[in-house]
Formats: sequence, C-alpha cells, structure tokens
Amino acid sequence: MADQTLPIGGALDVTPHDEAQKGTFLEWLHGWVITVDHKRLGILYVTFALFFLLVAGLEALAIRVQLAMPNNHFVSPEIYNRLFTMHGTTMIFLVGMPILFGFANYIVPLQIGARDMAFPRLNAFSFWLTAFGGLLLYWSFVGGFGLFGVGSAPDAGWFAYAPLTERAFSIGHAMDYWAVALIISGWGTLGTAINILATTISMRCKGMTLMRMPLFTWLMLVVSALTLVTITPLTAAQIMLMIDRYLGGHFFDTQAGGSAVVWMHFFWIFGHPEVYVLALPAFGIASEIIPVFSRKAMFGYPAMVAASAGIGFVSLGVWAHHMFTVGMNGPTTAFFVLSTMLVGIPTGIKIFNWTATLIGGKIWFATPMLFCLGFLIQFLIAGLTGIMLACAPWDWQLHNSYFVVAHFHYVLVGGIVFNIFAAIYYWFPKATGKMLSETLGKWHFWIFLIGFHLTFDTMHIPGILGMPRHIYTYEADRGWGVYNFIETIGAFVQAIAVLIFVYNIVISLMKGKDAGSDPWDAWTLEWAVPSPPPSYNFVVDPVVNSRRPLWDLKHPEDPDWKYE
Amino acid sequence: MFKQISRGLRSILYAAGCAMFLQAGAWAQTITTNTDTFSPASKPAHEIFGLAMFALAITGGIFVVVAAAMAYAIIRYRRRKDDDGSEPPQIFGSVPIEIAWTVIPIIIVVVLFLTSARLIFAIKDAPRPKSALNITVVGHQFWWEVRYPGLGIITANEIHVPVSTKADPQPTYIKLLSADVVHSFWIPQLAGKTDVIPNHVNETWIEPTHTGIYKGQCAQFCGAEHAKMLLRVYVDTPAQFKAWVKQQQQPAVEDPAVAAGREVFMHNACMNCHEIRGTVATGRFGPDLTHVASRDTIASGSVMNTPANLRKWIENPDYFKPGVLMPAMHLSSQQLDQVTAYLETLH
Repeated sequence: MADQTLPIGGALDVTPHDEAQKGTFLEWLHGWVITVDHKRLGILYVTFALFFLLVAGLEALAIRVQLAMPNNHFVSPEIYNRLFTMHGTTMIFLVGMPILFGFANYIVPLQIGARDMAFPRLNAFSFWLTAFGGLLLYWSFVGGFGLFGVGSAPDAGWFAYAPLTERAFSIGHAMDYWAVALIISGWGTLGTAINILATTISMRCKGMTLMRMPLFTWLMLVVSALTLVTITPLTAAQIMLMIDRYLGGHFFDTQAGGSAVVWMHFFWIFGHPEVYVLALPAFGIASEIIPVFSRKAMFGYPAMVAASAGIGFVSLGVWAHHMFTVGMNGPTTAFFVLSTMLVGIPTGIKIFNWTATLIGGKIWFATPMLFCLGFLIQFLIAGLTGIMLACAPWDWQLHNSYFVVAHFHYVLVGGIVFNIFAAIYYWFPKATGKMLSETLGKWHFWIFLIGFHLTFDTMHIPGILGMPRHIYTYEADRGWGVYNFIETIGAFVQAIAVLIFVYNIVISLMKGKDAGSDPWDAWTLEWAVPSPPPSYNFVVDPVVNSRRPLWDLKHPEDPDWKYE
Repeated sequence: MFKQISRGLRSILYAAGCAMFLQAGAWAQTITTNTDTFSPASKPAHEIFGLAMFALAITGGIFVVVAAAMAYAIIRYRRRKDDDGSEPPQIFGSVPIEIAWTVIPIIIVVVLFLTSARLIFAIKDAPRPKSALNITVVGHQFWWEVRYPGLGIITANEIHVPVSTKADPQPTYIKLLSADVVHSFWIPQLAGKTDVIPNHVNETWIEPTHTGIYKGQCAQFCGAEHAKMLLRVYVDTPAQFKAWVKQQQQPAVEDPAVAAGREVFMHNACMNCHEIRGTVATGRFGPDLTHVASRDTIASGSVMNTPANLRKWIENPDYFKPGVLMPAMHLSSQQLDQVTAYLETLH
C-alpha cells in the first residue's frame, strides 16, 4: 500500500483557461445561482449564514440595550418579544446549521478525496430551500400582519410553546410564517444531511477506511445521521400546529382537550439533539485545528470517534431535561437526570483528548488555534454548568432563569461560535487563496474573548438571583441591574470584534497574502489541492494509507501507517 | 451599584460558607427577602440549596483540575522562539490513560445522580401532613388567581400563608391550574418552579420558616406582559394569618358614601370581568376585587396600590402594562374619581 504516491495539487493542474476569464456581472451571478459545485454551495451557505449572523446579532444588541437598565423603554414589550424570538430562531436555523453544513459542503468532499458530493443537484436544491426558508421567516415582518392588522414577526419564542401559538392567542400570520419557514428550511437541512451521509459512506477515495476518515468528516457523518432523526419531529409538530390553526385540529389546542405538554415533548426531542447537531461539527473543527497547531496527531482518535457516536446516541434520550418543571413523576425525572449526566462522559473524554493532544506538542498560536483554545476552556465551563442544570432539583430553580441563558450561550457562543471563527480563519485560505490578516485576527480574538466573558460570565449571577428569561423589563429593587449593564457592555464589545472580523474578510479578499495550497502545514487531503481548488478538486483520485496522508508524504521516513 | 454587587457576591460567598450547616438550619436568622435562590427561606428551597452547593463543589473541583491541566499544557508546550522547526514526537493515544479518564467521570456521574435522585423523591413524595393549608393558584395572562377552597377566599397576585415552625409545622400545598397558556409558578426563596399548564394539573408545596414578603414572577414566557406577571407570598405569623383570613371572608364593604362609584362600576363592563362578592359583579376573567383595597399592589404586583396609581390604571391600563388584556373604559374624569373612591373602600 505504502508505495502509492499522492498527487500533489498544482503539479498536474489542468484547470481550463476559460474558467479564469472574467465574464459580465450577470454571467458571474448566473454562475453562482445555477452552480452545483459543492465548493461554491459551501461558500453560498457560509455567506448566507454570516449575513444572518449580523442580523441576529443586531437583534441581540437591541435586546441588550432594552435590558441594560431596570424599567427601560428602548422597545415595547411586543417588539422585545419579536426580537428574542427572531434572534433565537435565526441563530439556530439560519446561522448555526447553514454555516456548519456550509463548512461540511466545502470540506467533506475534499477531505475524503472526492470530486463532489454524492448528489450535487440535491445539494443545490437544499441550499436554495434553506435560503428561501430564511427569506420567508424575515418576510413575516412585512406579511405577518395578515388581515388582522396585528402580528408582524413571530413573538412566541424560538420554542413556540403551545397553546400560545394557537389562533386563540396568536392571531395574524406570524406563527404561520414561523412554522412554514422552518418546515421549508428543515427540508433543505434534511437534503443536505442525506447528501453528506451518502457522500461520506460511498465517495471516499481509495484507502480511506472509516477509521482513517478525518475527524471533521466523521463528526459530520454523525451529525447528518442525527439530523435525519431530529428535524423530523419538529417538522411533524409544525405540521400539526398548522392543522390546528387552519383545519380545526386539536393537537395542542388545550381549550378543546389538546395537550400543551405534547408540543414540549415534540419540540425538545428535536431541540436537544439539535444542540448536538450544532456542537458536533464544532467538535470536528477543533479536532482538525488543535492537532495541526500542536504539531501532533490527535490523541486517542478511536476514542474520539466512539465518543462522538456515543454523544449522538445519548443525546436522543435526554430531551425531557428541558421539562423538569412540567410536573413529571419522580422516576421519569430521575431517568432524564441520569441520561443527561451520561452525556458528560463522552464529552469529558473529548475534552481530555484535546488537552492530551496539546501536551508534548509545539503549540503555534495562530488565530484559528487561539479560537480553538478559547473554545476548549469555555466548553469545559459550559459542560460543568450543564451538569449543574442536570441536577433536577437545582434545575427547578435555574430552569428558565438567566443562568440557563448564560449556560446555553456558553455552549453556542463560547463553544460553537468560537470554533466557527476558528474554521473560517483555518479554511478561508483554502476557499479563496488569500490569508486572513493575522494581526486583525488576533484583535478579533482578544476583543471577542473579553466581550464574551463580560456578557456571559456575568449572566450566570442574575439567574441565581432569580431573574427569569424572556422578560422585557424588571424592577430596580431586584438587584439585577448592575449585572445586566455589564452584559450589555460586553455585547457591544463583541459587536466591535465582529466588525473587525468583517473588515478582515473584506480587506483580505482584496489584498490578503497569497495562501498557497498548504499554509498551515496540515495533514488532511484538502491541503493537497490548490487554493482555491479547481472545480473537479483532484486531478487524479488520491490514495491514502493513513489518517494523515500529507504527513506520510512530508515524512516518508516516519509515516503514520506504521503505527495505526 | 456597588451595594448590588456586594449583595450578589455576599450571598454567593455566604451561601458557600454556610452550605455545611444547611440541614440544621442554624444560619437562617439573617434572611432578607429578595429573589435570591441562594438565600432560601422555606423547606424545598433549603434542600435544593444544599444540593446546589454540593454540585458546585464537585463541578468546581473538576474545573480547577482540568483548567489547570489545560493552562499547563498551553503554557508549557508553546512553540519557543528558538524552535528548530522539527516536529515533536507523535503520540497516538494511550489505552490505560483513556480508561482512567472514562472511569473517573462515570464515578462522579453516579454520585451526582444518586444525590439528585434522593432529593427528587424527597421533594416529590414528601408526606403531606393533615395540618397543611391547601390553596389553588390559577395562572392567567398576565395575573394570578388565588383561591383558598377550604376557607372560601378568592384573591389575586398576593398569597398569604402561615409560617411553619418546629412546634407547629404548617406546609402549604399549592394546586396549579392555567386558564389560558403555559405559565410557571416561581418564588425563588421558597421553592423551585413548577409549570402552570392548561389541561394539566400540577402541584407544589412550600414550608416557609421565616415570616416576610417573598417575591416571584411567572417563569414561562406567556405573552406580551410576561415580564409584569409578578407574584408575592406573604408569610404571616399564625395570628396575622388568622386575622387576614377573617377579613377576607367578609363580604364586600358597602359604603353609601361611594355609591356613585359603585354605580359606575356596575353600569360599565367592569362587572363583566371582575367579581365583587355580594354585588351583581360576578365576572371571572379578571381578578376578584372584593377586597382589592387590602392588597398592597395592583396590575399583578407591578404597581403599588395607591389611589393615584389605581386611578391611572383604570384610566389606561396600558400605561403601566402595555399589552395587558384589561381595556381602557374611556371613563370621564369624574367617573374615574368615583370608581377609584369606590374601590378604595373595598378593604
């Protein structure tokens, strides 16, 4: 096996010349709209998600201004409720999932030595469904008023607890936009998940056994399987909601004998695995970046794969920990306490393995690595507050308080967004051929880190002091004011960091340093092709002999396949 | 501002310091009423606080050990300035180490699970003494209806319960119903929250050990004015509670001096939504007003019950609670004065 050589990009570059020629703007636009190239679709996904990151970020800023002081009057309660509903819904469905699936779209085929996804046209269809869903959700600001002159955007929270979403309590079309937009973007997500599953299972290059797959690809395989299981109950529940609203169904209509608790079960059996749909790709990103910038192989690769699959399985059995306060009986509560705490074990294994990868390495503090190290320590804290919340009796106090808000923002921002930034700094050179500025990147990292901790460390305290979520105002005598003020300052610090990031992208696209095919001296196949890769990715089908094909190539005297 | 910070920090430090004495309850003399989950004043909240301290100690220990390991790795193994560019030795894993850091978390999980489970059953299956007071709380958009079935009392937003002592244990069992959407009943110093769900009867209990006014609020998003669906529990001495019950059981005061205001109330839609026992006003949609003047607050705890506030509230409820379901009745200034004067007599 080991006598096979790996074709290195550039050596056999047969990119057709006409591709480099510039057409008119319309031709350029047309090219992007009709594309079925996984790389272009990946870029579309990421651009789409970054746009909505800014939108939902602005919504968050408005929320923080309103809460900065007690009895503040920056926005009305109705607008506030729309803001937090749209912020949550957007961040999950139009930022988190599209950006991570966008990375997968771009990177997975390259990492497994394939020329495209298994179903390129399904891929394009999925993206446009997601994009249309996003458009529809935001169209609610215009169309939600319906014939009633009320409503506008959805305002029942991203969890949309029935019966608040039924017609008796939510007239106008706001909830219809919410449900239909998410059903449509959900189909897009399902299409992508099927595509990634098929791609990772059947499109791997010669020699790439499952246990040689890069961890990011592995995690996307697990995530795609998980997505198929989790999006379905949400779509089902939303269809039931629409039947209630328009066809006289009574699934969640409590005035006619329906059940509010059934909605909660449907929502959270989607909602909790959804957290892992977002977290596992982030773990995958960390598992790519931490080894490369420690200059060491991933410690305990088989354990990492097993832990990922384990998290995927266990996460399907923990949903009712979002419902400890609905009055479940003792044994049921105890079951969900145990299953929730069990997630801590594979997650712990991952954290330990990343730390062990650092030990003995030569850590290079480039921007992607800084974000990953921030993730590592923040995710530890997020996991530990998760264990606290899993102690059901304590959760009876903490549930729906700002402690929970702090906890899941620690997961979603401190864990996932940090890794999303890391991934962009890491793979931007591959996708564009230009390096992002390291100086600006470091400013971005440190300012974002400070803002993040100002906001979300502080946020735990008002939760312990009894501040519930989703309130647009609070009384001065509660003693929550000072913490909220600090959180708001932190939010603006984070916003400054994001502006630096956007500026970095623009300036680097225009005059960034040329990246070359392998700027980080990395080991997976995507770094073997030119940056940006030609539309067919690989001139010759690569053959791999280990988990780190480029390591083998760079170190013929000490290849990995001797040890694996 | 500093006062607030120091209060928050003090409660955390104090809580940590006192954790071990919890079961004895010896520390509780210094209680202040606020919404701090770390200064409990009632039985389930005490036990939950004990569990919280235990879980904090364990997770805090894990954090110190793991974060120290990470910090050590990051600092010790940074790439030095004089690095020769060679790759460090490649280590692919170690089975004994990986078994160790799988087994240790399992043990921690078992301990935390058993501790939590013990408390779940202790609180959920607590024996209910005969002396317990039974009340029913009904969540409405955006206020709380409070009924004392055994005592024939109906009130709103302010719950009175007797204090519990060793000699005379007086737990209160609260049945939770909802008239519309999902709410959540939460008085942080007394007990954890329990959701208030339509078509789904829930129950919780408290056994307050200290008198005082304990604040709380709806903890499940329920619509426009979720933020101002506040709630107070008055923990009274037995004598105070007895007096309160006696007063609440009286029919509404009939003061001829305010007959004009009474007329306004009964001839407008007020009576369709509000009940004043002993009169023709028998509405159930809004709070019972039979003894409204005996309450400290109006608008579900969000405004103090002064004549000026009450007048303003009746004139335009949206002024205090934008999105509230009570409409402005477009009363004249004179009518407003009259109806306010009438309601002020309803002690």
